Amino acid sequence: MISPQVPLLEVKNLNVSFGHHHVVQNVSFTLTPGSCLALVGESGSGKSVTARSLIGLAGKHSKVSAQTLAFKGTDLLSLNQRTWRNLRGKDLGFILQDALTSLDPLRKIGREIDDALRIHTQLSPTTRAERVIELLMSVGLDDPEVRAGQLSGELSGGMRQRALIASAIALEPGLIIADEPTTALDATIAAQVLDLLGALRQQGSGMLLISHDLAAVSRVADDIAVMHNGRILESGSAEQVLGNPQHPYTQRLLAAVPAGKPRHTRLSVQPLIKVPGLEPTPQVAVAPDEPRYPVLTAHNLSKSFKMPNGASFTAVHKASFELLPGKTLSVIGESGSGKTTTARMVLGLLKPDTGAVTLFGSPWSKLSEAQRRPRRPQLGAIYQDPLSSFDPRFNVGQLLADALSFGATRSSRKHLTRIKELLNLVGLESGFITRNPATLSGGQRQRLAIARALAPNPRVLICDEPVSALDVSIQAQVLDLLDDLQRQLGLSYVFITHDLSVARHMSDDVVVMRRGALVESGPTEEVFTAPAHPYTRALLAAAPEVLRS
Amino acid sequence: MTPGTHTKPVRRLSRAAYWVLGKFGGGVFVLWAVATAIFFGIRMIPGDPAEAIMGGPGSQASAEALAQARADYGLDQPLVVQYFSQLLRLVTGDLGTSYSLKSPVAEVLTELVPPTITLAVLSLIVAWIIALFVAMASIRSGPVGRALASGLEIVSAAVPHFWLASVLIMLFSTSLGWFPPVSTQSATGLVLPVTTLALPLAGFLGQVMRDSMLDAHTSAFALSARARGESEGGVMLRHALRHAALPGIALSGWAFGSLLSGAVVVEAIFARPGLGRSLLSAVTARDVPMVTGVALLSAAAYVIIMAFSDLAERIADPRMRAS
Amino acid sequence: MSSHLQQLTPGDPVLSPHAARSTGSGTGVWKHRLKLVFPVLVLGFFTLAAIAPSWLAPFDPLAINPADSFSPPGPGHLLGTDESGRDIYSRIIYGARPSLLIGAAATAIGVGLALILGTLAGFGGRWLDAGVGRILEVLFALPGLLLALVFIALAGPGVGTTIIAVGLTTAPGYARLIRGQLLTLRHSPMVEAATVLGRSRAKILTTHLLPNALTPIAVLGTLGLGQAVVWAASLSFLGLGAPPPAPEWGAMLSAGRTYLSLAWWMTFFPGLAIVLVAAAATVLSRVLNQGEKS
Repeated sequence: MISPQVPLLEVKNLNVSFGHHHVVQNVSFTLTPGSCLALVGESGSGKSVTARSLIGLAGKHSKVSAQTLAFKGTDLLSLNQRTWRNLRGKDLGFILQDALTSLDPLRKIGREIDDALRIHTQLSPTTRAERVIELLMSVGLDDPEVRAGQLSGELSGGMRQRALIASAIALEPGLIIADEPTTALDATIAAQVLDLLGALRQQGSGMLLISHDLAAVSRVADDIAVMHNGRILESGSAEQVLGNPQHPYTQRLLAAVPAGKPRHTRLSVQPLIKVPGLEPTPQVAVAPDEPRYPVLTAHNLSKSFKMPNGASFTAVHKASFELLPGKTLSVIGESGSGKTTTARMVLGLLKPDTGAVTLFGSPWSKLSEAQRRPRRPQLGAIYQDPLSSFDPRFNVGQLLADALSFGATRSSRKHLTRIKELLNLVGLESGFITRNPATLSGGQRQRLAIARALAPNPRVLICDEPVSALDVSIQAQVLDLLDDLQRQLGLSYVFITHDLSVARHMSDDVVVMRRGALVESGPTEEVFTAPAHPYTRALLAAAPEVLRS
Repeated sequence: MTPGTHTKPVRRLSRAAYWVLGKFGGGVFVLWAVATAIFFGIRMIPGDPAEAIMGGPGSQASAEALAQARADYGLDQPLVVQYFSQLLRLVTGDLGTSYSLKSPVAEVLTELVPPTITLAVLSLIVAWIIALFVAMASIRSGPVGRALASGLEIVSAAVPHFWLASVLIMLFSTSLGWFPPVSTQSATGLVLPVTTLALPLAGFLGQVMRDSMLDAHTSAFALSARARGESEGGVMLRHALRHAALPGIALSGWAFGSLLSGAVVVEAIFARPGLGRSLLSAVTARDVPMVTGVALLSAAAYVIIMAFSDLAERIADPRMRAS
Repeated sequence: MSSHLQQLTPGDPVLSPHAARSTGSGTGVWKHRLKLVFPVLVLGFFTLAAIAPSWLAPFDPLAINPADSFSPPGPGHLLGTDESGRDIYSRIIYGARPSLLIGAAATAIGVGLALILGTLAGFGGRWLDAGVGRILEVLFALPGLLLALVFIALAGPGVGTTIIAVGLTTAPGYARLIRGQLLTLRHSPMVEAATVLGRSRAKILTTHLLPNALTPIAVLGTLGLGQAVVWAASLSFLGLGAPPPAPEWGAMLSAGRTYLSLAWWMTFFPGLAIVLVAAAATVLSRVLNQGEKS
C-alpha cells in the first residue's frame, strides 16, 4: 500500500483541545496520493475535530498543535488565513455529513458549486457555468442544467449529497476529506455515493473518510484507523483491521456489528439478563409443533394522506402480515416506504382507510379508542427518540410508577419493588430512580423506554427504529437486551428498521416495504439468501458487510 | 422530484391568482368585521350618539337640536336599515361626516395619510439599517457585543415611545437645541420622531436578525463555504446577510403595524399632523365616524402591508415559492 | 401565515428557540442566577412600595405645597417636585399600587382571553381553529394602541376602560402563542406514548398537556405584566387613563407632559419607574423560560 513518494498528508502527534478539554491526543497518520484512509470511531471519538483541524476550521476556541502537520510537504500550522483560504477548495476538498444543512437552502445548487471556481480561478462566468454543468454530470446527476438552477431543498437526499461532492471536487483537489458522507442516506443511495467517492480516488485524489460505520468504510478504504476518546487505538490495512483486529476495543466494535451474526448471537459483552424465577431458554418457550396462532395480524392495510396542495398521497397500500407468538417480524424499508405509518396503524394511533389489524385474534383497529383502551396493556411500543416520548416533568421513578399504575399515581414509593425489578431487568441500577431522563445517555434512555413499555406486562412490542440513533456498541447492548427479554418473557416483536443487518440479526420473519407497498415477505433467512423481488436484491447488494460470512 | 417543466407556467399563474384572491377576500372580511364591530359596539354602549354630535354630554343641547342631529345623521331609522345603509356608503367610499370637524371623513383622511406614511416608512428604513448594523457588529465583536446587543433588545422591549420621546426632547431640544421639539415639515423636524419610533423597533428586529444571522454563521453550509475557500466577509455577504434578512422581512408587516400604533403617541408629543393624532382627538371627542374612518384605513393599510410583506418574503425566500 | 413570527410581540421569549442558548454548565447556572438579581430587586422594591408605601415614601403624595413647586431633584426632594410642590419620589412610591394593579388586571384579562381563544383553537378541532384564526386576524388588523383607542372611543375613557383596552390589545398575540404551544404539545411523541400506554384524552390533558403548558403561560404572564404597565401608561399619558391628580405613573406622566421643557423630572422619573418594571418583567420572563428549557 505504501508508495515511496512524498506523502500527500502527514500528521504526527496532532493534539486539539478546547479549553482544558483534550479532544484529540497524539493522533498520527500518513496518506499517500490515490489512497483512502478511514478514520472510524463512535460519537465523541474526536474524528470530526481531527478532520476539521486538517482544513484549519476546528473552531474559534480550539487549540491545535502537532509535531508535523504537512500537506504535500507544506507545513499547515504556519499558514496565515489567506494562504489557508487558497488551499481550501483548491487543494483540499471537504464534504460534510448532511447535504441538506451543508448546502445553503437559499442559494441555487449551481452557485454553490461555482464558489470554488469563482474564488480560486480567473475563468469567465460562462466557462464557469459550463464547468458547473460538467461537474454535475460527473457526479451522476441527470438534467444538470435543471439541477444547477434548483435549490438544495428541491433535490432528494442522494442528489443533494452528489451536488455537495461536486462543489468540493470542482478544482480536483489532491486531498478529499469526507466527514460521514453517507450517514443521512438510505442504504442503496449510500452505496452509490460511496462508489462515487471510490471513483474519485481512482482518479488520483487522496481521501480521508470519517465514519462511525466500520461496515460502510470497508467498501472503499485501503487503510483504517480506529479512534476512541481522541486517540487512535489501532491502524492498518482494511483487511488487517477488519479481519484480524488486535485492540480489544476494535474487537468489541466488530463484535457489535450485527451484520453476518446469526440470530440470538450476543453482540455485546454485557451479561445475560436473568429474570428471577425464569431460566433463560435458548429458544422461546413454545413447543415448535404446537399449533400457533398469530398474536397480531394486519390484513390489507391502506392509508393515504391529503397533501397541502390537495393531492392525495398513498403512504401504505394493501399491506398484510402476521406476527407469531415469541417471534420477531421485521418491517424493512427506506425512508418514505410507509413503515412508520404501518406501525402507527398497528398501534391504533391511525385508522386504516381499508383493511384491519387484529390482536390475539380479536378486532383491534376497528375498535373505538375507548374500547381499545382496556386492551392497550397487551401492546407496548418503543421509539427512535425515547426522550421525546417522556413527559419532561417526570423523573425515572415517576415515569415507571405512572406506567405501572396505569396512570393512577406517579409516586414511586408505592411501586418501589416493581420499579427496581424493571430497572434491573433492563440493566439499569436502582439509583436511577430519582434521575431526570434528560441526564441519561442515549442507551440508558432506550433501556428506560423499554422498562416503561414492559411495565403493563405487554405480550407484543412494536419497536420503531429503536437503535438507529445509537452508536454501534450501544446498539449491540440494546439489541442483546431485546433478545434476552424476548427469550425470558416470551415477547413478540414487530421491528421497524431501515437497517438490513439489524433486521437479519433480530428477526424470524421479514416484510420488505417500498413506496407504501409490501414487495416481499417470508422467513428471514429465505428472503436474505434467495430474494425474489428485484428491489430486495438491490437493497441487499447495497448493504455493507464487514465480514462476508 | 423532477419538476414538470411543461405544466409549470400554467400552474404558477393559477396559484398566483388563487393567492391574490385569498388575500383580497381576507382583506374584505377584515374590513367588514371592523366596520361591523364598531357599528354595533357603539350601540351597545349607553349614551346618545346625537349628544356626541352636538359636542358631548356637557353641551346641554336642546331636544329639538338633538332630534335634528339624529335626522341629519340617519340615527332615527331602524338599526338594520342604518347598518346596511352604512355598509353601502362604505363600499362607495363614503366614510360619513366627522362629528367634530363637520367635514367629510374621507377628505380629512386624504390629507392626513401622507405625513403618517412618511413617518412610518422612514422609521422602518432607519430601524432596518440599525438592526442590520447591530446584528453584524454583535457577531463580529464576540461576547461583549452580544451582551450589548441583548441589552439594547431588552430596553427596546421595555421603553415606551412616550418616554423615549420625552428623553430625546429633553436632550436634543431643551438642552442641546439641535432639533425642534415640534415636528415641522422640514427634515430636522423629522429626526426626533423617526428616532423615537425606529430605536425600539431596531432593537426587536436586531434581535431576530441577529439570531438567524448567528445560526447561518455557525451553520454547516457556512462551514462548507469556508472549506471551499470563502472568506469571512464572503460568508457574511453571500450567506449570513440573506438569512438574517428573512425574518426581518417576515416581521416588517407586523413592524409597520406597530409603527402606526406608535405614531399615535409620537404625533401627539411632537404636535405632528397625521392619522395618529387625529385618531386621538377623535377618540377624546368620541367622534365615531372619524374613529371608524381611521380604523378602517389602518386596517386596510395593515392588510395591504401584510400582503406585500408576504410577497416580499416569497421573493426573498425561494423555499416558500417551492412549497 | 400560521407559523410565522410576524405576530410576536417585541421581546417575546416564548417561541424564540434561542432564548435557551446558555444553559447546562456550572457557570451557566451561576450566570442564570446572576440574571435574577436585577428583576428581583426591582420587582421586590415596587411590590413593597405597592403593599406598604408609607414605609418608603417620606412625603404625603397628595400634599400641596405651592412654595415648593417645580423644585429640581436634590437633597430636599430626591426626585424633585411637581407643579403643586408634591414630592415626585413619594408619588412614584404611592403610584406603584394603582399602576401595578392596573397592569396585573390588564394582564389577567389579556392572558385569560388568550387562554380561552388559544385553547379553543388548539384543542377545538379544525373549524374552531379556523374561526378563532379569523377573529385574531381582525384584531391584528388594528395593531397595538389603535385597537385600544377604538375601544376607548366606544366605551369612554377611564381606569376600567384602560384595563380592558390593554387586555384586548395584548390578547391576540398571546392567543397565537398559546395556540402554537398547545398544537406542538398535542402532536408530541409524549402524547402518542401516553395513548399507547392506554391513557384517555382527558387524562392526557390533565397530566401532560396542561401542566406542561403552565410554565410557558407563567412566562407569558410575567412578560405580559411589563407590557401591560407600558401600554396602560401610554394610554394615561395620552390623557385617557386615570385622571391627573391621582398618584398613578401614567397620570403623572400625562401631567408632566405639559411642563416637559420646564421640569423634565416630572416626566422622566415616573417613566423610569415604568421602564424599570417592564425591563425587570422582561428579564424575569426570559430567565424563567431558560430555566424551564434547561
